[in-house]
Amino acid sequence: MFLSEAVAAGIATAMREDGTVFLFGEDVDRSVLGPTKGLVEEFGQERVRNTPISEQAVVGAMIGAAATGLRPVLDLMFGGFLYVAMDQVVNQLAHIGYMSGGRVRLPVVLMAGIGPSGQAGAQHSESPHAALMQAAGVKVVVPSTPADAKGLMIAAIRDPDPVAYLMDVSLAGSRGPVDLADAAVPLGRAAVRREGVHVTVAAMASAVPASLMAAEGLSASGIEVEVIDLRSLVPLDLDTVCNSIRKTRHLVIAETGRRTCGLGAEVAARVLECAWETLEAPPVRVAWPDVPVPFSPSLEFACIVTEGDVAEAVTRALGGRKPSAA
Amino acid sequence: MLELYRLMARIREFEEACRRIQRTRTGPGPDGSVSSAGHMPGFVHLYLGEEAIAVGVCAVLRPDDLVASTHRGHGHLIAKGGDVEPMMAELYGRAAGYSKGKGGSMHIFVPEIGMLGTNGIVAAGIPHAVGAALSCKLLGLGRVAVAFFGDGACNQGVFFESMNLAALWALPVIFVLENNLYSEWTESQRLTAGNSLAGRALPFGIPAVVVDGNDVLAVRDAAWEAVARARCGQGPTLIEARTYYYGGHFEGEEFFAGHYRSEADVASWRVRDPIVRFGRTLVDTGETSDSGLELIRREEAERVARAVDSAVAADPPAISELTTDVFADTEPGTHPTVTPVTATS
Ligand SMILES: Cc1ncc(C[n+]2csc(CCOP(=O)(O)OP(=O)(O)O)c2C)c(N)n1
Ligand SMILES: [Mg+2]
Repeated sequence: MFLSEAVAAGIATAMREDGTVFLFGEDVDRSVLGPTKGLVEEFGQERVRNTPISEQAVVGAMIGAAATGLRPVLDLMFGGFLYVAMDQVVNQLAHIGYMSGGRVRLPVVLMAGIGPSGQAGAQHSESPHAALMQAAGVKVVVPSTPADAKGLMIAAIRDPDPVAYLMDVSLAGSRGPVDLADAAVPLGRAAVRREGVHVTVAAMASAVPASLMAAEGLSASGIEVEVIDLRSLVPLDLDTVCNSIRKTRHLVIAETGRRTCGLGAEVAARVLECAWETLEAPPVRVAWPDVPVPFSPSLEFACIVTEGDVAEAVTRALGGRKPSAA
Repeated sequence: MLELYRLMARIREFEEACRRIQRTRTGPGPDGSVSSAGHMPGFVHLYLGEEAIAVGVCAVLRPDDLVASTHRGHGHLIAKGGDVEPMMAELYGRAAGYSKGKGGSMHIFVPEIGMLGTNGIVAAGIPHAVGAALSCKLLGLGRVAVAFFGDGACNQGVFFESMNLAALWALPVIFVLENNLYSEWTESQRLTAGNSLAGRALPFGIPAVVVDGNDVLAVRDAAWEAVARARCGQGPTLIEARTYYYGGHFEGEEFFAGHYRSEADVASWRVRDPIVRFGRTLVDTGETSDSGLELIRREEAERVARAVDSAVAADPPAISELTTDVFADTEPGTHPTVTPVTATS
């Protein structure tokens, strides 16, 4: 199944089991990026509703609806459009649970496509995961496989709190098996995608397949990389990362977003706070430079995280040394 | 008059070229290389069928007046005096493009001709025009600003907030609503309450007119009145121009969005084609002949073809450009943005 289809499959599972789940968004019936395709055919226009271009009002309406009995899922299409609603996302959605002393809980899922997907230009290539991680009150998940795309969606919709569900647009067409038994993938757990003993690469979204390819290449030269798919950024599964670096003693973080105050900065800082003595060398970040995503293909290619960038970072983390036999 | 025809023809040829290229597009090579016409990167929202609006409005603007555009901005650029060569170079992601290849179709800014930017965020340009009008007023230069936006954009809160600000401060801004009936693949009437978009201006005390957006002279006349009001301090006007886009929301959309408009609908708008119609008027009034029109079309087609050739042959930006332009490199205290020079007469 394509990853985008797996997202829709997860929504369908949740909509079948719970009549209070409704889907909203601009053109969710046609779903040009794919993650809600086919749902209007099964659930009808009452439960799958096209919204006007009114991001701020619609996110706010999701809050009111969630506070009063619905479990709304809103597809914002591209991550850049989330910023249009940022007051509702941060000041309202994220903070109401806490500000109300826990009296109000808002089970809203905000979906957005993230990252460059082939010269869409800066405003259609944003990856707002780090801004959301900072919001305090929104969980953040980023699947990198179709199985997770489905399972994390089911978990996100069942969750009592706001969840930002981010789909890397460049992965929408990637294929893989999914769980037909409709099981949820619990939030807050990373997945070890490849075992290795020399360097840990903790990655998100399309940086996961890039890291796996880099790991295969490095394996030929005797470097065994452990690849962790962080997939849930809030809550962040630091235990899995720390367990891994106890073995490898080297850390690379690969993220599809800007470097400053990003996922890499956060993971590196937390690892240093709780397990610095396990590291033999400073953590290395792979991320976009601090620029809006450029349009020109050659610049965009230089900006995004590739297999080569991860391989180079692994080599840098090892200080250019060949690892001694583990 | 012939100049209006020429500009509409230039937009039509530019957009038809984009369409042809996108239809046979193979996209950039695996390493991001762009070496043939078919390697146009990204996607484009075409202005085919809407040419009369940009041309009619810009016909009554001065070179130093300002325009804020949209995701469908090629027509606004050309009508405001943009050069098709750096435009096409930008669409190919070239260093010679208006944004050095960093922006693409939806992020083109040409301060020297008063183009405040095409924009990938729906309705985001509307307050930019209001702010430009504010500076026109505060600097006392007699300039006006125009916000182009679509019917879908009318459901963004910022549209209402912008109208309030403009009316409150009596700013010299013209809101030009290009009503092509669609918001992506959904008919706007399914998304929009009430039966008049132009009517949304009235509670703010902003005069509003509805014009046939496929009639360049009707658009021009409405814009002339609005601009006259704005220049003499009487504040904003809203013009709703009714039109239709032949190409749909973006080129190549069928693959993603399927079919959503009837052939009959598209055909019924083709009959009202703004360029054919205006051409007929020009011939009927003896302004030119069929062959005169034909010559203009050919000249503009050749101009666009040259722009494509030079864009394909041009160099991509150097990789060192990746991290430049985030911040200015001018001295503190100097205003870093070029603005169009106001002619003193
Ligand atoms: C804030 C925001 N939301 C959604 C989109 C996606 N989008 C791009 S164009 C468009 C429809 C715009 O309709 P309209 O304003 O009528 O302009 P038209 O395309 O018809 O010219 C949408 C929803 C966007 N670019 N920005
Ligand atoms: Mg429209």
